Amino acid sequence: MNEEHLKFAIVGHVDHGKSTLIGRLFFDTDSLPEGKMEEIKKICDELGKDIEFGFIMDHLQEEREQGVTIDTAQTFFKTDKRHYVIIDAPGHKEFTKNMITGASQAEAALLIVDADEGVQEQTKRHANILSMLNLQQVIVVMNKMDLVEYKEERFNEVKKELIEFLDSINIKPSFIIPISAKKGDNIAKKSENMPWYAGKTVLEALDTFTPKVSAVEKPLRYPVQDVYKFDDKRILAGRVESGVLKKGNKLLFLPSNSESSIKTIEDMHGEQQEAVAGKSTGITIEHPLFVERGEVACDPEKDKPTVTTRFRGKVFWMSKLPFEKAEKITLKIATQEVECAVEKIEKKIDSSTLKVLEEDASGLKEWEVGEIIFKTDSPVVIEGFNETPELGRFVLVKGEDVCAGGIVTHKDLE
Amino acid sequence: MDHLDELESKSIYIIREAYKQYKNLAMLWSIGKDSTALLWLCRKAFFGRVPFPVVHIDTNYKFKEIYEFRDKYAKEWNLKLVVGKNEEAIAAGMGPTKGNKFECCNQLKTIALKQTIAKNNFSALLLGIRRDEHGIRAKERVFSPRNEQFKWDYKNQPPELWDQYKSKQAEDEHLRVHPILHWTEQDIWDYVKRENIPITDLYFAKEMENGEWKRYRSIGCETCCNPICSKATDVDKMIQELKTTKISERSGRAQDKESAYIMQKLRSLGYM
Repeated sequence: MNEEHLKFAIVGHVDHGKSTLIGRLFFDTDSLPEGKMEEIKKICDELGKDIEFGFIMDHLQEEREQGVTIDTAQTFFKTDKRHYVIIDAPGHKEFTKNMITGASQAEAALLIVDADEGVQEQTKRHANILSMLNLQQVIVVMNKMDLVEYKEERFNEVKKELIEFLDSINIKPSFIIPISAKKGDNIAKKSENMPWYAGKTVLEALDTFTPKVSAVEKPLRYPVQDVYKFDDKRILAGRVESGVLKKGNKLLFLPSNSESSIKTIEDMHGEQQEAVAGKSTGITIEHPLFVERGEVACDPEKDKPTVTTRFRGKVFWMSKLPFEKAEKITLKIATQEVECAVEKIEKKIDSSTLKVLEEDASGLKEWEVGEIIFKTDSPVVIEGFNETPELGRFVLVKGEDVCAGGIVTHKDLE
Repeated sequence: MDHLDELESKSIYIIREAYKQYKNLAMLWSIGKDSTALLWLCRKAFFGRVPFPVVHIDTNYKFKEIYEFRDKYAKEWNLKLVVGKNEEAIAAGMGPTKGNKFECCNQLKTIALKQTIAKNNFSALLLGIRRDEHGIRAKERVFSPRNEQFKWDYKNQPPELWDQYKSKQAEDEHLRVHPILHWTEQDIWDYVKRENIPITDLYFAKEMENGEWKRYRSIGCETCCNPICSKATDVDKMIQELKTTKISERSGRAQDKESAYIMQKLRSLGYM
């Protein structure tokens, strides 16, 4: 079962062809179940449309009738090299929160841009979100080359504009591929319509990417998810986010700063000797410490995460409910949940143009990015997003729902 | 950590989140392969126990093998089994041939579930649906709220980032939690094999009276499930068969075929 799996998101402006590209990938890799194309053809006939590849992903009645993707969807296909999970993301600005939901699960991304229309508002906003999510494996596909007569000049023009923008947000695309999703150029097979393009097809490019590497080699981070009392045992349940739990090893719990060592590593089928990064497990410890959800266990001899009540983060506000600086808000980071105040919104930024809208702003609203100094009511255990992503990314909750997602940019503030 | 380890760990994480965040949690067990795998994951998450009720929605049209399997393992695994039935509709003779299939599914499954939730005051339910089963299920969140009328507001689902799941609910909402949403049919069978999970033998091929070999690929009510032609008599053969088939998993399920959007309608009304 060691077949490789990779999750990638398809993002970009509305109507630039995300769903069509996915349909084409399915069709060209022979991944559609029997009868699917016939079913889609029938629905298209009923709606009086030409056959629409996009309908393979757009499943809601409203999506098909209006020709827009409303929500993100995940689906599966396979090449000779590996299995893929495709995460389709809606292009409409209104559904940006659904795009972020999808993209937050991805290991790589395809940014699609219409060769005819060129770079648009959501092209930039989506690229900016990829940058915040630190997705470094990015392919740019320039779609609808058939509409610009497969001209290299047009490709170069749009490419130049896009690369300038991507440079400014630190995205270096691994490939830039001219395609036509509708006609099938450079998706699974090389296009004869663009002899000037000597690079890889979309499938070849995807196959060069690597799945997320395991964090086994990094120092231990074990956020406690819950504490169970079963048969006189007190089990600290959680998932090893990095490093390895080994029976007998010392543990330091943060932020409480208490020490103990691992007595047993529990499993349904009996005790284990170790649990590696990625594993959901449970341990008992030698000392009767008061440990609860939110504590992070680490190795006292190695690099430790930061314990602080103050840090700088960058957030993307995605709720229709605006945020006022004076409000208290709930911060969730790994299994920690704390109330916090916003000390300062240093910058309020337009998520598409990247223009600074206001310094020392008084609030944030939908689609705005904020660079914020947070002040938490009690200490939190954090790290930079690039060090241990699980301790460097957070959500903000207001009322019942998540209103914003964010990353830790500076964990140590004076 | 191989692929199955990763799927398993993510599922266990989700199950534990649901148990932590929602007081009256229960799991829906249809006795099919997916929810049986989910039940296995629950047992793993809590080191061999299931610390919440396990609900079986009984339409009265299930295969007899389903009932036998249910009772056997409810006992062996020490489950708090809750059986939910829409007694009124059953007494009135509701069935797939009376009215239409949509109404039958709605009455005997969705309404029965509604009644069971209300009676037991469940605030969240673990369900074994997967994204690859159906295009509508591909759009689901892991933690998905349903309002008092059971409606799924699919046009305005809450954002769900990384492993941060919805932990607060409005008073009249209940949560559907989907711990195996990210698994495929193939993954389930690979896992059943690796863990040696007991599965009802309706999935395994048997010789029919006319000499044909058939098995069920997806199991619901006896009245609305058609077996597929197959000679896969054990898990290994089934895994082989899946690798080459191009027929979709739910092709034997009648309710998917009534019209293009029946699944969407059923789900938006609260169908599992």
